[in-house]
Amino acid sequence: MTCCAPADARLEFEPPSPIAPEEILLSSRDLGDGMRQTDLSVPGVHCGACIAAVEKALRGLDGVADARVNLSTRRVAVRWKADGSKVPDMIGALARIGYPAHLHSFKADESDPQLSRLLKALALAGFCAMNIMLLSVSVWFGADAGTRQAFHIISAILALPAVVYSGGIFYASAWSALRHGRTNMDVPISIGVTLAFGLSLYDTMLGSEHAYFDAATTLLFFLLIGRTLDHVMRERARSAVSGLARLAPAGATIVDADGTRRYVPLASVEPGALVFVAPGERIAVDGIVETGRSDLDRSLVSGESAPAPTYPGGEVQAGLLNLTGPLTIRATSRAENSFLAQMVRLMEAAEGGRARYRRLADRAAALYSPVVHSLAALAFAGWFVATGDVHLSITIAISVLIITCPCALGLAVPIVQVMAARRLFERGIMVRDGSGLERLAEIDAVLFDKTGVLTLGQPRLTNADSIPRSALSIAAALAAGSRHPAARAIAAAAGRAPLVMLEDIREEPGVGLEGRAGSDIYRLGRPEWALREKADDGSEEGTIVVLSKNGARLATFEIEDCMRPGAAEAVRQLAGRGLPVEIVSGDRAPAVARLADELGIEHWQASLLPSGKLARIRELGEQDRRVLMVGDGLNDAPALAAAHVSMAPATAADIGRNAADFVFLHEHLSAVSTAFDIARKAGRLIRENFALAIVYNALAVPIAVAGWVTPLIAAIAMSLSSVLVVANAMRLRLPAAPRPRALAGRPARGRPAAVAAR
Amino acid sequence: MNYLVVLIPVALLLGLVGLGAFFWSLRSGQYEDLDGAAERILLDDEDKPRK
Repeated sequence: MTCCAPADARLEFEPPSPIAPEEILLSSRDLGDGMRQTDLSVPGVHCGACIAAVEKALRGLDGVADARVNLSTRRVAVRWKADGSKVPDMIGALARIGYPAHLHSFKADESDPQLSRLLKALALAGFCAMNIMLLSVSVWFGADAGTRQAFHIISAILALPAVVYSGGIFYASAWSALRHGRTNMDVPISIGVTLAFGLSLYDTMLGSEHAYFDAATTLLFFLLIGRTLDHVMRERARSAVSGLARLAPAGATIVDADGTRRYVPLASVEPGALVFVAPGERIAVDGIVETGRSDLDRSLVSGESAPAPTYPGGEVQAGLLNLTGPLTIRATSRAENSFLAQMVRLMEAAEGGRARYRRLADRAAALYSPVVHSLAALAFAGWFVATGDVHLSITIAISVLIITCPCALGLAVPIVQVMAARRLFERGIMVRDGSGLERLAEIDAVLFDKTGVLTLGQPRLTNADSIPRSALSIAAALAAGSRHPAARAIAAAAGRAPLVMLEDIREEPGVGLEGRAGSDIYRLGRPEWALREKADDGSEEGTIVVLSKNGARLATFEIEDCMRPGAAEAVRQLAGRGLPVEIVSGDRAPAVARLADELGIEHWQASLLPSGKLARIRELGEQDRRVLMVGDGLNDAPALAAAHVSMAPATAADIGRNAADFVFLHEHLSAVSTAFDIARKAGRLIRENFALAIVYNALAVPIAVAGWVTPLIAAIAMSLSSVLVVANAMRLRLPAAPRPRALAGRPARGRPAAVAAR
Repeated sequence: MNYLVVLIPVALLLGLVGLGAFFWSLRSGQYEDLDGAAERILLDDEDKPRK
């Protein structure tokens, strides 16, 4: 069996950090009988062969009772027998067969009760609507009075559960809107459905000719289809992007006064406690370094691309990744007061565009319901004055409500958004919120973060061609065991060249690596440490790493954070659509200036704090500009929340992904302009659909007011308008744009390679 | 008219059985991994469901 996990594609990515068995135990769920369940997120699973490989590897472990892969959510549920504190090495077993796995916390997502409620309501409405339609057809084609009466009574019995149970979804939403003094599309739907049902019930008891049970239930069925599709699409995006990279560990290793180490949940780490952080772990709480030297990867926290060395006395924030040496940290605050938690609060305070924005459908409903309801009232008054017949007047007023019931209007927006989301999904872009599409179509400025968005946040070796092969393989042999991004870039560049045998390789945190071959000492690291004499390398051009033999230079490596593929193209396309592009970065000014120059971006700001990015968005907002923010880090989260609409790559920090409206899975940055184009097209189609619905109403209302509407006419008119609206939405296509290279293969379901990082 | 008295309840009953089957399959989690179900048919070592 061929396995499709391409080990080579993953070489350049960070191996998953070792996760303490205690952490697995802590985050597992007790199933009783000594059985526990652990959910792992395995982004690499994407076909049947992967399912078999992963399940086989896990079931082969001691203590594992069962493992089941869920391909839709790319997760595997492992049930295992707890034997004291012994935990099967699940993550290690998966790593050995080439599938990096992460722990998935249960809190993040329980099963989805809303979806099963929608599906049940949909199934019930479908069952009732189809059977009633079957009976109605024979009534329309002239059943005799006795049969008609019997059919109407059966229809009434069938319609009751649909109207009560399936309709409940709309009543609840309509009620909550009305209670807050607003109105949404569910208000006219609820009124229309309940009135149609009530009138038909009354007429059935009187034995009259017409009943609208079919109209009421079919309407519910159609609208529930739209609602369910909308929900499924959003859930899918949510589950595919959540829980991949957890920024904060579930616990921390505390060093007690007598030197013993124990692993405790994060909430019980008090200020003043000593916390041990192994290389490869993320720091759990804010604190001050007590002992140890290391390099810290700050890219997700502050946006700085180069790792920073740290020494005793240095301050560290929660969320930083410890790269090279073990550290002991004196905690200065509790976990809920950490930098991470502060970002969350800043983000909640910043809720901007999203909270103020009213969805198109709701704005249309706000215009629509008063018009329709006063039309119905006028029809009632007119007929009452003309004929003095109360029952006839009420019947006509209600038939106006039924025929204008916003079937087409209710589908006009969601069906287009579902189509748009599908098109985007095919290109590896997840839509987290339908209203994000509406907001994206309105933007008139774009702000980019630098590290991780315009660049990959993964340093690469840029001068590999000019380095002698022998030097490269010595460097790779030194770098192979290190987590430092520069070392990993060198190891990745060397590929599978046979490694030179070196002895006593050790890492000197903050400066570099050292190894011995016979009597020769090789060093790979900062020039001032590796070379005997003073070197002059001028380090503003990225990071310079030197390989030396007994203090003499063998080779110089230039390591840079590469530009994300398609970045230049995306910036050009956005500018071509009249959108000014700016960079707001937390990185140092020279690095930002160089990138801005390469991309031809005039406006940029560097060394910004999270609040600085926020301020820039507010400033633009005051000029009545609607901003698209594209960012990935923790420091971007408040800006992502404050912007009119926001986008994040799948490699972004958890919190950034949760704040963004769109998440793109592929490396290629053209996702930004693609999403913008689709959002624009969708906006146009939505307006066309509104126009169609208005034309339909303009034709149907006079017929209803004149009193000519029969159930047959209502059924035809409503289905026709819905079909028209759906057919119009299907026109949403993109011109066959040249496929970005990263998309080749299986675009819709291709394994998001970038997700595997971090 | 008489045959309707039999046929309509029969039709509704069959429909209800279908609806009940759907609710059962929903509750037993058969819709939780549609992509996986599509791929699992290709695996040859799984003859019976695991409990």
